[in-house]
Parts: sequence; C-alpha cells; structure tokens
Amino acid sequence: MRKTLVCVICPNGCHVEAEVQERGGRLEVLEVTGALCKKGERWVRQEVVEPLRTISSSVLVEGGDFPLVSVRTDSPIPLDSIFRVMDEVKRARVRAPVSIGQVIISNPAGTSCNIIATRMVNPA
Amino acid sequence: MKIKKAKRDVVVVGGGPAGLAAAVSAKKEGAPQVLLIERGRVLGGILNQCIHDGFGLHRFKQALSGPEYAQRFIDDLESLSIDVMLNTMVLSLDGERRLLVSSKDGLMEIEAGAVVLAMGCRERTAGALMLPGSRPTGVYTAGVAQTLINLQNIMVGQEAVILGSGDIGLIMARRLTLEGAKVKGVYEILPYASGLPRNIKQCLEDYQIPLHLATTVVELHGSSRLTGVTVSRVDEARRPVPGTEEFIPCDTLLLSVGLIPENELSREAGVQIDPTTGGAVVDDTLMTTVPGIFSCGNVLQVHDVVDDVSEEAESAGAHAARYAMGRMSPADTYVQLRAGKGIRYLLPQKVSGQMDFVLSARVTEPMENKALVLRDQNGKGILRKKKIRLHPAVMVRVKVDRDRLKGANRIEMGVE
Ligand code: SF4
Repeated sequence: MRKTLVCVICPNGCHVEAEVQERGGRLEVLEVTGALCKKGERWVRQEVVEPLRTISSSVLVEGGDFPLVSVRTDSPIPLDSIFRVMDEVKRARVRAPVSIGQVIISNPAGTSCNIIATRMVNPA
Repeated sequence: MKIKKAKRDVVVVGGGPAGLAAAVSAKKEGAPQVLLIERGRVLGGILNQCIHDGFGLHRFKQALSGPEYAQRFIDDLESLSIDVMLNTMVLSLDGERRLLVSSKDGLMEIEAGAVVLAMGCRERTAGALMLPGSRPTGVYTAGVAQTLINLQNIMVGQEAVILGSGDIGLIMARRLTLEGAKVKGVYEILPYASGLPRNIKQCLEDYQIPLHLATTVVELHGSSRLTGVTVSRVDEARRPVPGTEEFIPCDTLLLSVGLIPENELSREAGVQIDPTTGGAVVDDTLMTTVPGIFSCGNVLQVHDVVDDVSEEAESAGAHAARYAMGRMSPADTYVQLRAGKGIRYLLPQKVSGQMDFVLSARVTEPMENKALVLRDQNGKGILRKKKIRLHPAVMVRVKVDRDRLKGANRIEMGVE
C-alpha cells in the first residue's frame, strides 16, 4: 500500500511517498521516497504509525502586564491527544512574572511533553 | 514648540523581525550609532501575535514560536546597546534622509547617515473586497482575530468561515478549532491554495476542516451580527458561477486575502515602487532608488518564512552601515533583472555585479518538474536550478555568484 504525505517539518513541504505494509495489526514502513532530507524521512516513518504534532496556545496570567502568556508544547504529542491537552491548557492559570521557557504544565493529559511559556510577562 | 535635533548613523524604521535584524546587523558592521524606531509599545511586531511554532527552523534549527524568535534578536539588540525609541511615529522622511518623529517627549528631527525601511505590511480588508450585503459585526481580518485571541483574550466567535487560504488564515483555522470554535471551511477564489503546503496539512487536514478551491464568498448576511455567508464557485476568470451558490450559517468571517506593504513613508521619500511587489525597487545592496535609503522584510516583498526576512534584513542593515560610514562605492552601471515566462516577480530588480546576492522570485502558478533558468541579453544560460515543485505560495530564493554575471547587462529568469 502506498501513502502520499506532505512533510510538515519545514516550509519545503515535500510530498513524500511511503510504501506501507500491515503486519500483525501494525503498520510497517518499507520504503520512503520524495523526502529531501533525513529528518523528513524519519518523520514519515513516525507519521504512518502514530502522527505527532506540536501545538501552541495561551494561558491566563494573573497580575501581569499582559493578560495572556503564549505557550507551546516542548516536544511533539500524539495528534489524537491534542484536545485533551488543550482542556488542561484552558484551565491553567499562572502568576506573573513569567519567563520564556518556564514550565506551565508538566505532562498534560498523560503525555510526555511540557507546556512551556514562549514570552516574558512582567508583573503589572 | 521647540523641535529637538539629532544625528544618527543608521536609523531603522520598524521594530518587527526585519527591523530587529537590520539594526543588529548595522551595529555589528560597525555603525557607531544605530537607532531603531517602533510605533508600538513593544518590539517584535507581528511575531508577538504569532504564537504558533515553526519559526527559526533554518536559522536556529529549532521550531520556535514568534515571541521566542523575536526575543533572540531583542537580546542581541540589548547586548549591543542599540538605541530604541518605542511608541514613536515617523511623521515624515525626505530624500536627504531627514526624519521627523513624534513621541511622548515631543517632536524630533533626525539626520540619518542611512535609513533602513522595515515597516512591514498590513492586511487587505473587507472594504477592498467589495462584498455586497450588509455590514454586520463578526467580520475580521485574520491578523486582527489573531491579535484579539492571542494577545487580548477575546474570542471572536463560535462558528467561523475563512475566506482566503493565506498562511495567517490557515493558522487561525487551527487556532479557532483548538479554542473550541467550529470552522466550517476555508474558501479560496484561486484554483490552488495560497498558504504553505505544511499549513494545509497541519492546520486544516489534521482537524478535518474542508478547503474549497475556486470558491468565494459573494454575500454577507445578518443585520447587527453576521448570521451567515453565501459562497459560490467561480470560473477561470474568477466570476461567480450562477446556480452554485450555497448559504453557510456562521457568526464569524475571517479574511485572509493578502497583505499590502506599507510604503507610504517610502513614497514620500521619493522611493520608486515596483507595482508587482508593492515594495521598493532595490539593487543587490537592497538600496532603493533613493541613495542611502534601504528596504527589507515585508515592506519590500511579502515573505512566507521569517528566517528569510532576517537574512534579507541583515544584508540591508550591513549595507546601510557601510553607506553611512562612507565605505560603499556606488555602482556606475547596473545589470537589469527581468521576470520571464512563469515568473511573477524578481527581486532585486537590478544588480551591480560587484557582489554575490540572493535572488527572490515567485512563480505565476503551481508547476512540477521544471527548471528555473537565468539567461543574459543574448539568451546565454547563466544559471539553471531544477525544481521538482514550484508554487506561488513558496518564495524561491537562489544564491547567485557575481562571476556568473560577467558580460551581462540584462538578465531574465524564466521557468523552462
Ligand atoms: S523532507 Fe526534509 S526538506 Fe522536505 S519538508 Fe520534510 S523536513 Fe523539509
């Protein structure tokens, strides 16, 4: 079975083809073509088995010079866990000051990522 | 009122990604006094609201968010002690590089050795689209919605339609979905998407948001608040096809229909504008047609990747510093660059032939398995780059060696 995917790693957006085989209920990637780099090839092997994504959002700040602090995942999470992670992000609150890279939530929804701040918020 | 007077070697107008990189680069090149002027209250410009990741993949080998990417340059700016004026408007600029600026401390006239224009762009709005129907609330440009949601914690609506498939629109489709809103679809008048392929995948397909090509919004409904839009298929001439109309209920319409470089100041200074890019005509030093005035970033040409903006701005900043310090010998003749078959525009529009340079270009339509070819006035091939895929949404950047320009006085780039 052939699968065509668009690599999302970088703006090149390579159209990559993967030759995939099912064995014992699990998908196996036999061959990858069309990826311009090794990173993309690794991404395709992962994408076929379990798609991973990064997400960004913002978290409410108490007592800051901005009402929100932007946050992101520090490593990719399973695509199908995104909405569960978002639920925790929406409930989170943080007090100013906030620094870049500060961990706001660790392991949301049981994933292995941290939600980290991506901007500085000073006390009001 | 007394107007203060000042002199600076390099003045950079705009504190977004282009201005930040230009200022840092000018200082590193040796310009003693560099001044960065920003209209807003913080540096970083559009990057502040671009909280999604993917910035700096090329430059920092990391997928940073917009604010993090900006912070790297702001840190450099601070460590180099570059002067910054926030909340400051440039009221005028003339061809002698004199700026009149206004801040809470009053008016100031600044004589600059060189000026770098880095004002960025603004979004095309609903007015420019001339949509019939009422003018209900609930219609936003994608960038304004991005500011409201990401910086001010104001949710714009619950059921949205997005007109235009530019990158900001695609990113906002995902953002709205993650915030719990329902995005009914993205409608694009062209037969292909105008955003990057990766954004189509990770912003639309991941969330099963449909993308309708060759389709546009033809009417708005609702008296005070938007209640829906009528969409219609269009033909090759982009005219609505009768009988294909469909009503889509929604309370929000986001417009992602293009960006317009903000060149009012450039025009005032007498800078020649290229009608195709909407930005200045520049040479290989990124100097405009007015000596000592340089341009870079989205005010010069609308970019799709911020890493390219930084690279371009660094070049402009360094050349501006050299100009200000009298270390730049102006070219006496230029090689003219022209867009040939399949190319919408080329930048720079002319080169001195004295240095290597980066050529930016956009193609007119999606194409596969072609080559980008540079030829001189006699049709002799100068450079050939094979491309598996060419797309108007993806800017082409090609490094050109000055040695290749020998004997040329006019160069044309075409798709073959
Ligand atoms: S395969 Fe490599 S070059 Fe192509 S899009 Fe993926 S990361 Fe970018």
